Amino acid sequence: MDAILSDLISLLITTIRVSTPLILACLAGLYSERAGIIDIGLEGKLLGAAFGAATVAYLTGSAWIGLIAGVGVSLAFSGIHGLASINFRGNQVISGVALNFLAAGLTTFLGATWFARGGNTPALSGDARFGAIHFPFARELSGVPVIGPLYSGLLSGHTILTYIAFLAVPLTAWVLWRTRFGLRLRSVGENPKALDTAGMSVMWLRYKALMITGTLVGVGGAYLSTAQAASFSNNMAAGRGFIALAALIFAKWRPFQAMFACLLFGLLEALQYRLQGQDLPFIGRVPTQAMQALPYVLTILLLAGFVGRAIPPKGLGQPYVKER
Amino acid sequence: MTSLTPETTQRPEVAAGTDFAIELRKINKRFGPVHANKDIDLEVKRGTVHGIVGENGAGKSTLMSILYGFYHADSGEIVVGGQPVIINNSSDALHLGIGMVHQHFMLVDNFTVIENVILGAEDSALLRPSVDKARRELTRLAEEYGLNVPPDALVEDLSVGQQQRVEILKALYRGADILILDEPTGVLTPAEADHLFKVLETLRNEGKTIILITHKLREIMAITDRVSVMRQGEMVKTLETSETSPEQLAELMVGRRVLLRVHKEPANPGDVKLEVKDLVVADDQGTERVKGVSFTVRAGEILGIAGVAGNGQSELLETIAGMRPANGGTITLNGEEVTAADEDYAAFLRRKGLAHVPEDRLRMGLVTNFYEWENAILGYHDEPRYGSGLMLEIKAAKAEAKRHIEKFDIRPANTDLKTANFSGGNQQKIVLAREMERDPDVLIVGQPTRGVDIGAIEFIHNQIIKMRDAGKAIVLVSVELDEIRSLSDRIVVLFDGQIVGEADPETADEGELGLLMAGVNNKKAAVQ
Repeated sequence: MDAILSDLISLLITTIRVSTPLILACLAGLYSERAGIIDIGLEGKLLGAAFGAATVAYLTGSAWIGLIAGVGVSLAFSGIHGLASINFRGNQVISGVALNFLAAGLTTFLGATWFARGGNTPALSGDARFGAIHFPFARELSGVPVIGPLYSGLLSGHTILTYIAFLAVPLTAWVLWRTRFGLRLRSVGENPKALDTAGMSVMWLRYKALMITGTLVGVGGAYLSTAQAASFSNNMAAGRGFIALAALIFAKWRPFQAMFACLLFGLLEALQYRLQGQDLPFIGRVPTQAMQALPYVLTILLLAGFVGRAIPPKGLGQPYVKER
Repeated sequence: MTSLTPETTQRPEVAAGTDFAIELRKINKRFGPVHANKDIDLEVKRGTVHGIVGENGAGKSTLMSILYGFYHADSGEIVVGGQPVIINNSSDALHLGIGMVHQHFMLVDNFTVIENVILGAEDSALLRPSVDKARRELTRLAEEYGLNVPPDALVEDLSVGQQQRVEILKALYRGADILILDEPTGVLTPAEADHLFKVLETLRNEGKTIILITHKLREIMAITDRVSVMRQGEMVKTLETSETSPEQLAELMVGRRVLLRVHKEPANPGDVKLEVKDLVVADDQGTERVKGVSFTVRAGEILGIAGVAGNGQSELLETIAGMRPANGGTITLNGEEVTAADEDYAAFLRRKGLAHVPEDRLRMGLVTNFYEWENAILGYHDEPRYGSGLMLEIKAAKAEAKRHIEKFDIRPANTDLKTANFSGGNQQKIVLAREMERDPDVLIVGQPTRGVDIGAIEFIHNQIIKMRDAGKAIVLVSVELDEIRSLSDRIVVLFDGQIVGEADPETADEGELGLLMAGVNNKKAAVQ
């Protein structure tokens, strides 16, 4: 019984760890898409932020300065995306795809040039990584049955970034439904003309949304390289930006649903770590590759319409032009 | 970001002695080579309903957009309440107490009424206080002006008339003293339009100033105190409504005498050409939009289908034209059953003698990126006279296009011009010429004069009557009741996918038709 419970708890702990960057990226996408801007470039921002954070954390020895650098890289990407899709009214998907290519190429190139380790950054240690935060009495309570593992294992012992990610969920819901900014954000994704004729600037509001997007996904990228792992490695986002987008659609652009969708993807990823090389009842040994494919298979299934009709914000993807 | 609460508006104090809410002086605006507003002068008296009429492209909307801050005038002066002002954006206009109800509503469909009303005029970073305040304010405005709308309903669930009330409420909530309405009745049922006019009268009696842009002269005569006529970017004249007539206004708008009423001889119906029986049609979402419609049309008569937009007309037209499969019932053309079983019956029906002028010429009737001559043969380009095999006989096509241009007076008379560069009326003529010149047995016409100038309307109406007199069977669908009444030999009213009544255009009472269109049918008549 205890063994099963501790197995379960450790599975859930892994789930939370791997869900953290997904939740941050997914909420980031939510702000952007609620404002009417498709963000295919989440993947590239994750990658760029992870690289920026790992590099600066290594150079300065501070995870926090690394985080700021990661967010900076991500914001710069958001700025380019904004320039292309808001000012120049370009195609948002193409701009996003271009940013993904740029991030993949630049991180590998700069990593190889600066550190000569095949695109990876040197390992981080000590203060250059985000350490786990232990709640009060976590150690003392860890021996207590049931409550111990839940409190000390599941709730306590994560990095600050994980707590930020989970706090960002109710905060986003509150912003969206209870504040003036949220009302305007939602309106600009649905019918930007309504906001424009009410005397507000559509452009400025969309930029504000993109800034929030850049910040959140930047934290997610920094988490990948300075909290979950201890260095940047080539292509370390591994499609998480796209999975976050899938989760966003699955969640129908709502924050709490987005969190649960990300946890579902996280659970699958955690399961595949856990089940690698193990015999499954009735099935036998499943090749590692098949297990690793699980989150991606789920993405396809969800997007292929198993979630019912997801109605995106009406103005999504359309550049705003004042009509004659 | 500036706050837009009514309390913080810096409205100029009304200068003593000024009778005018708005004065425009020598306003000029150019869009590239187009001189949309030429030295416009306009004076709108405080507490009046002031109509602005003119054809499409006369510059009415441009002028109002300048007043509402959407555009900036190249030169000229705007005076509000006796004070010269500069209006750079909508926010400035709102501060000056100018509100606008746009032709296409500027509402967020999945927001509630309250959310739409407060959008951009929230008092604080948190929504709750604004929502509470708006709720009180909406109750007050509803009592004062008869502007009732459920405050917590989603806008998408409201009728068009109610949505328009939300637009008016938005302007009043922001403290508008001057209300601009752009073609407000285009989407309303006659009953809703009457209600709107009552609201406008109440507003005027409370001292608000109302500017009404419309092309419907009847409305100008019914509700305005003064009226200004624009033509080709110029202000032609401003008149007291009581001292003018629809005929005079039409003449000022077009620059020549216009016949407002179509003259036609009594119909001389022949054999049944088109028979529709128990037709059922669903839309793209699978919702039934036509629910068992039956009618017949004979050679030499025009059957008018009246109704408020969105009551199944579009689906009915598309199915008769072979563009949408029928889910039940039959369509018989020249005695042969031709019910569309799938979506590509249109070409087949054309060979059988049916021509179709679609409701939405830009979406279905034309490719605006094509040259005029290409559109002139579009849909008939496979015919042997335009070439055989792979090659298109461009000379023959252009000759045909030239013939259309001459016969239908399409301007500019240039077959090599992109269709997008023609005005709405001339685009419609290109479609009409293409379909009518094929000499069909049955002609299906949807909204023949939507967005078409009053001068071209006269021409188009006469062409349709000519087709009838040549012995063609014609089905006319229009949301303009006047058009249906003046052209049709018989009228059926479509409501919620069913024919709820039939009327004789000579004797039909407009009020009665209006009730039928609104679904209030106490006289449900069977259709012959």
